[in-house]
Amino acid sequence: MAEIAEDGGGGHKGGKKRAKKQSTKIDMTPMVDLAFLLLTFFVLTSTFSKPKSMELTFPVPPDENIKVDNEVKNGVTFLLTKDDRIFYYEGQFRAQAEGDKPATVLEELNFSQESLHKYMLEKNKWLQDEIKKVHEKFERKEIPDTTYKRLVKAIKVDKDRTYTFLIKTDDKATYKNVIDLIDELNINLVGKYVITDIMKSEMELVNAKTGG
Amino acid sequence: MSKKPSKGGAPSLDMTPMVDLAFLLVTFFMLTASFRMAEPVTVDPPSSIGEVTLPDNHIMVTIDGNGRAFFGISNGAAKLAALEKMAQKYGVAFTEEQKKKFTGLPSFGVDIKDLPRYIDAKEEERQAFQPQKGVPLDSLNNQLRDWISNGGAEAVKIYLDAKDKAEGSGQEFKAEKPRYAIKCDGKTKYISVKDVVKTFTDLKIYQFNLITSLEGSSTVLGPKKN
Repeated sequence: MAEIAEDGGGGHKGGKKRAKKQSTKIDMTPMVDLAFLLLTFFVLTSTFSKPKSMELTFPVPPDENIKVDNEVKNGVTFLLTKDDRIFYYEGQFRAQAEGDKPATVLEELNFSQESLHKYMLEKNKWLQDEIKKVHEKFERKEIPDTTYKRLVKAIKVDKDRTYTFLIKTDDKATYKNVIDLIDELNINLVGKYVITDIMKSEMELVNAKTGG
Repeated sequence: MSKKPSKGGAPSLDMTPMVDLAFLLVTFFMLTASFRMAEPVTVDPPSSIGEVTLPDNHIMVTIDGNGRAFFGISNGAAKLAALEKMAQKYGVAFTEEQKKKFTGLPSFGVDIKDLPRYIDAKEEERQAFQPQKGVPLDSLNNQLRDWISNGGAEAVKIYLDAKDKAEGSGQEFKAEKPRYAIKCDGKTKYISVKDVVKTFTDLKIYQFNLITSLEGSSTVLGPKKN
């Protein structure tokens, strides 16, 4: 690289004679150049963030000896399929109409702000409002944080007023779909959701909708 | 400022603080940087709002876009112990050198019979290693299950030993309990993930960290987590 020799270096008589006023400064330019080069390299190559993750607990398979009530109360079932499509139905699945209850019809959603997000806000309004109320109390320091946590948890698992979301996928849904859906549920502070296997009858309904 | 005429010499600026800072940063980045070995596959995980960072001590199963499973343990000692147990079970012999080399590998996706050959391969050749079909996990030959159970048991053992030792000498114990993580490409079909999850749940492991990249705040509005 080009160097600018300032001050001429005090003549070219390289003998014993020393210029009295020779400066003791070293040209630090190359060193600083190198330092910045390294700095740039490390800044650009380093990834600070360790990978983020979401914690998920899968259900323990139920003990076969214990009879479980299979009636779905306040349940919403999401069925994920190809092309990022989501179908859902509410409550119990019925292949045929039973008495006054009609057969299950699938509704469709997609991963956009206006569709899934809006639907979730609607379904989750009670929970969100309640949590907001508790949160305001907490902000005003009317309740301690342990009580706050306990109350929030109680709201999230309220059996009668909150929904349980079931996530089922067919063989064409991608992992991204599942994560996006769980993410949306997390954003909406949903307390109860589970990933389970799809039933054959549900699969048939989905296939009828997607045409294969 | 003042209209003092310049004296003709080169205008000089004191760069000492800047250079100090630059060196400080260089030192910092050099010391904190740890070079990662190349993973055998590139996996592009989907994004989420999850903010839990992956614990350092983890057992990870990576699933690529084609549904191949790759297995890795972060703790070298646990990895070595798991390899020894697996070698015994499947009757594959490893030399000391291979064992040592194995602890430094990030993750692998080969049948245990091909593992010695995989370890001996050069680093550049590993990505193209054949046959790299992923760790087998079908019901007849579920090596992944054995890796997870052996690796998990060893990692927990090492954790507990360290804990006992620290408590015995009255020191504060800081290490994390090993966690199970699943890292998966966004385009992978969920059924491949389900097979891996089933392998875990068969071993009575129900809690995982699903690895995601951090969501850009612009894509999701919604109420902020309280």
